[in-house]
Amino acid sequence: MTNTMNSPETEVAVSISVDGQAVSVPEGSTILDACTAAGIDTPTICYGPNLTPVNACRVCVVELEGSRTLVPSCSREVEPDMVVQTDSDRVKHSRKMVLEFLGSGVDLSQADDLNAWSEHYGADPNRYGPDAETMNEPVKIEDDLYIRDYDKCVLCYKCVSACGDDAQHTFAISMTGRGFGARIATEFDGVLPDSACVYCGNCVAVCPTNALQFKTEFDLRQAANWRPEDQSVTTTICSYCGVGCNLELHTQDERIVKVTSPDDHSVTWGNLCIKGRFGWQYVHGDSDGD
Amino acid sequence: MADLHFTDATATSGEVEAVNLVLGDNVAVTTETERLVRGGTSRRKGLRHLLLPALHALQKESGWISPGGLNHVSEMLQVPPAEAYGVASFYEMFRVDEAPGHDDDVAHVCVDPSCRIDGADELIASLEAEGKHVHRSPCLGQCERPPAVFIQGRRKADSVPADEEPFTLPQAGDPSLSLLKRIGVVDPMSLDSYREHGGYDALTKALDMGADAVLDELVASGLSGRGGAAFPTGFKWRSVRDAEGNDKHIVANCDESEPGTFKDRHLMEHDPFALVESMTIAAVTTGATNGWIYIRGEYPLATGRLENAIAQARDAGLLGDDVAGSGHAFHLEVRRGAGAYICGEETALFASLEGFRGEPRNKPPYPTTNGLFDQPTAINNPETLLNVLPILLGGADAYRALGTEGSPGTRLFCLSGRVANPGLYEHGFGATLGEIIDAAGGAQGDIAAVLLGGAAGSFVTADSLDLPLTLEATREAGTTLGSGVVVVFNSDDNMVDVCERITEFFKNESCGQCVPCRVGAVRQHEMIVTLGTKPMAQEQRDLHEDMVQVMADASICGLGHTAASAIKSALALGIIGADSQ
Repeated sequence: MTNTMNSPETEVAVSISVDGQAVSVPEGSTILDACTAAGIDTPTICYGPNLTPVNACRVCVVELEGSRTLVPSCSREVEPDMVVQTDSDRVKHSRKMVLEFLGSGVDLSQADDLNAWSEHYGADPNRYGPDAETMNEPVKIEDDLYIRDYDKCVLCYKCVSACGDDAQHTFAISMTGRGFGARIATEFDGVLPDSACVYCGNCVAVCPTNALQFKTEFDLRQAANWRPEDQSVTTTICSYCGVGCNLELHTQDERIVKVTSPDDHSVTWGNLCIKGRFGWQYVHGDSDGD
Repeated sequence: MADLHFTDATATSGEVEAVNLVLGDNVAVTTETERLVRGGTSRRKGLRHLLLPALHALQKESGWISPGGLNHVSEMLQVPPAEAYGVASFYEMFRVDEAPGHDDDVAHVCVDPSCRIDGADELIASLEAEGKHVHRSPCLGQCERPPAVFIQGRRKADSVPADEEPFTLPQAGDPSLSLLKRIGVVDPMSLDSYREHGGYDALTKALDMGADAVLDELVASGLSGRGGAAFPTGFKWRSVRDAEGNDKHIVANCDESEPGTFKDRHLMEHDPFALVESMTIAAVTTGATNGWIYIRGEYPLATGRLENAIAQARDAGLLGDDVAGSGHAFHLEVRRGAGAYICGEETALFASLEGFRGEPRNKPPYPTTNGLFDQPTAINNPETLLNVLPILLGGADAYRALGTEGSPGTRLFCLSGRVANPGLYEHGFGATLGEIIDAAGGAQGDIAAVLLGGAAGSFVTADSLDLPLTLEATREAGTTLGSGVVVVFNSDDNMVDVCERITEFFKNESCGQCVPCRVGAVRQHEMIVTLGTKPMAQEQRDLHEDMVQVMADASICGLGHTAASAIKSALALGIIGADSQ
């Protein structure tokens, strides 16, 4: 889990150099933390503030003096006197290629952050031609709460971590298969309602590409009526029990379209249960819950 | 019942029996009290390392990993079914779909370079014509006797038909052999025979010398790892000895899967006690009490002989609570892989052995402090381990008399393809490529290319026959010795087809964890298939160079780092994509 949850009583500072700039961060911080402290924006995909780093996407790599290969900044802890480059040709090349590779095989049409970075680094997924193999997965619609569109999946493991050790401890999904055929799935790729899923939606909350999305959002998008610019977010506290989870109600046309919780909230760390995440239909007063 | 969720599928009585036979008394306590006391991950990790053996039992019983069988294993080990499925679906030898013919034996036929140019297609066609259930397999480690076959038995032992043939070592009787001197001479099933040929003298000497002197001798010998990375063995062992913690491990990496490699199979099949002895020396030297032999699932003969060697050594007091009366404890067991090249990568091997998907971990931390079960671990392959015996018996100076200053000692070479006498050879470091090919009876036909170091190595041409095969000379020449692979191709061989297969190999064997390797391996395959016999345009060459660089720079592990190196060399040397083709 995050180091923000257990900040040590006495912090030992470690100094490193990032792009020629001296940066001092607490011991146990990552290079990514140091970059952030230095005001350097770093692209990330599989990194989540409340998730154990899996360093799988490799888009956050940096050049570390003395290291033969580039190193993932999200998981590599700082050591005294490290010399890090975040904008060298090698770093820019790898970041560009990771984004380009993903763009060539995955539907990133709803991954705004990634697309901004792709543009920044000049990634051109079309270099691999029209016949490049893609994820090629149909949308899985198995219930009224959320959908799984694995055509958009970048296999970042965040949903697996959130379902497992890092948050929910439900273990309904896993990485399955191998290589380019790897997919997130329940056992034997069964449907969610038959699986261990408890519909907390914490996987949806961490998905970076909208491969997992609220059914409400999916339906509005299908109807060409998803209008983020017309949405507002209202923060409130969940009324179901005494835990006191913060809810962010995303509304459009005065109807709730999805619910999130702040990543930095000391009660939820972004997580909710089925009630807070999906149990808001009564607000609309519709007798059938639609 | 604990808090895991299961579908309604139930195991057959045969599945329950097969799994329980493997697990024995090692089943999870699933009472509510236990669940409350030890929740989450800690509870699950206790028995998870039995997942792979249990899945093997299911596969053998039913011919696939059935939902009911998976539920039973998951319940007994308290592993979430989704995770157990994620593990099962990772391996070549496990089927997770009930395809037609799933209840037959499966004939795995190798389609990698040495077999591909020597009858693999014809064999597959004839087996399929006989109605056999055929699986096109990556390298089976039998490159000296193509085309290679491995039979995965249903409700009976796995087997390799070629193991029925009499064995001969090409260099048999050569007095200069160091690592191979007992091969074909000693009875691999007899501890007494091993001792008659000098067996366990090195352990006796190691115990006399003491750990510090053993480490000094190893460092002085300059022994380095024979798997490809060439890390100094003495330093590795010293790091493990110096690491904090009482639970330490010695792991023999016997997941030999690099296309073209079969050296460790020979060592394990014909000199299994030597591996057990050298691991025991590693244990008493580093202070490790746990030993694991992780052997690829396609090596049934070696597996059986190692299990026999361990049992005999244990009976003789050479393993167990008090090794040879020294007071050191060392417990050794064999674990079978299930078909995954990536599990030869050391951290992926740990994950596999622990019962997780064979996905590599980022380093640091290194295995010497955070290895198997996150504990200090020395991991070496059999060839490296067996070098310890002559070093201790003859001393570092004598060891260094062979080879070069930068590459002391001898090296095993796996000769296959177009040579007169394919097989396993031992040469002092420094013999040239040409000399090594000549020692195998010379090339058959004109040498069109030589694959050096395996699929993760690189091609060279006849222009490199004078290249001394040392770590330093190959590095300088931009190639590698890798795992000692030398596959010779002649002008009749279809190099486009060979290169396509190499790209397909990496596409199939990438674990899929990191983007550069998962996607890069596929894009490289598409590029080479599209290229065919045509000249390669500059734009495509640039694109391949871009792919080479990101895979080498940003992949998690060595598989990704090297997955494009053979093709890079093939393009540079004009073996494929040349204007004049």
